[in-house]
Amino acid sequence: MSREEIIDAIKDIIRTIAPDEDLSGLKSDLRLRDQIALDSMDFLDIVMELRKRYGVQVPEEDYKELATLDGCVSYLHPRLKDRPAKVGV
Amino acid sequence: MSAPRYDAIVIGAGMSGLAASIRLAQYDRRVLLLERHALVGGLNSWFKHKGRRFDTGLHALTNYAPRGAPGAPLTKILRQLRLEWDALQLAPQRRSEIVFPSGRLSFSNEFALLEAEVARAFPGSRSAFAALVESVRAAQPFADGAPFSSARAHLAALGLEPELSEMLLLPILWYGSALAEDVAWDDFVILFRSIFLEGFARPEGGIKTLLDLLVARARAAGTELRMNTPVRRILVEGGAARGVELESGETILCEQLYSSAGWFETRALAGAEVPPCERGWVTVFELQCVTRTPHRARGHDAAITFFAECERPRWAPPGELIGFESGVICCSDNYQTRAAPSDGLLRATLLADHDRWSALSDADYEAAKTATAARLEELCARYVPDPRPEALLRDCFTPRTIRHYTAHAGGAVYGSPVRHRDGHSGIDNLFLVGNDQGLVGVIGALLSGITMANRHGLYARSA
Repeated sequence: MSREEIIDAIKDIIRTIAPDEDLSGLKSDLRLRDQIALDSMDFLDIVMELRKRYGVQVPEEDYKELATLDGCVSYLHPRLKDRPAKVGV
Repeated sequence: MSAPRYDAIVIGAGMSGLAASIRLAQYDRRVLLLERHALVGGLNSWFKHKGRRFDTGLHALTNYAPRGAPGAPLTKILRQLRLEWDALQLAPQRRSEIVFPSGRLSFSNEFALLEAEVARAFPGSRSAFAALVESVRAAQPFADGAPFSSARAHLAALGLEPELSEMLLLPILWYGSALAEDVAWDDFVILFRSIFLEGFARPEGGIKTLLDLLVARARAAGTELRMNTPVRRILVEGGAARGVELESGETILCEQLYSSAGWFETRALAGAEVPPCERGWVTVFELQCVTRTPHRARGHDAAITFFAECERPRWAPPGELIGFESGVICCSDNYQTRAAPSDGLLRATLLADHDRWSALSDADYEAAKTATAARLEELCARYVPDPRPEALLRDCFTPRTIRHYTAHAGGAVYGSPVRHRDGHSGIDNLFLVGNDQGLVGVIGALLSGITMANRHGLYARSA
């Protein structure tokens, strides 16, 4: 997956979890939780969706790496770069 | 024993069981949901009488919140279950009311109305009420292991006039206290928020709208739902639940078991001891009456009327068939639906004594139903437009009916007075969901199913 595909994948997961949130103006360098209303239950769902859709295990000590979209890309790209993008579930 | 066929078996397709099964199946657990009846919903279900659909349970959906309201319990639940706010078709209330011999307080989905009402009726308690609201907003009622503290004691310590305390407690006791004469402060906080700070709505099609969404979601997530499948016992081996034996004799094994049967009933299914005092006692008699004219056209716009016939109504087993000291009247046609109501639907609920209803012979039972319904209609006429000259259709149910459809011992609607907030049953791999886990009402039950599945089935294993 490319960096752009990873961003799309994260946004797609957020859309599944929080369909009422508008993601069009999301800034990639700002904390997701400061831009849209995501609580800790939503965040754990993002982690579980990543495992379910892409087989990525994110251990608890790494959750902080997923705070921003840029952080998600940096963390996930090495783990997903050899995987094809998968659309939806 | 041979290998388990399921990651999880969930007993009971009511609100909590459906929610738990959706969460588990959504994250690829193989889930079997067992329901003893032909209809889902448990306490919150529906029935047809003379071609018309009637809800059981649901008078109001508490915790009303607009679409996507940040941090609202309703938003959390919809997100966790992947349901759309619009699909619920929520019709909000105009207002509801608390009526005592000495006065009346109105409240609505705008909290300012209750604040103004308290200031009008209890000017001496204005600052104590403000302090109460502040402590309700600041409380952390979902923390584990907090010792019991009495809501009555808390209200008295804040200096609320006793009459105001009684009026505020009435809806809270009615919508969720399994304790006699009191409610735990944590439960008070949760209920105060859901009733007064958030408010009431009703899905436009009644409870069936919500149940259809939940069943469709459970199936889409991969839950296997088996109807007409009562569980005879929970199989326990070496202190851990291994599966269930059905009434049919079939044995099904699983890794984890979630039971919405209740603390008392689940322990009994597993062959474990429970002291009788831990059986739930709150059960009700309910009358439903279709009236020719909608209530609003007769000058009554409250969705729910909580009434007390005396200044200090008891909240305890009534000691006779019915307790007439307080009750709840729901005018289901008074929610702000898109389609104007063509007639009225009154529902009136009183505390009842399960064992006394159960001891009646069939003939005495029918006679008691008819007599109680007549006395209840007379009582209703003191609080809402008299249903009697307008009645088109009536039906009522008793604690016996509730026991039959929910399989809760004693027809208990709010579970055991002893809460088990962490869901632990005392038996490994067996977890409680629903009322006895500590949250009541439709929203509470859904949240219970979600949080228990997350905690015991999903988060614990993903770490």
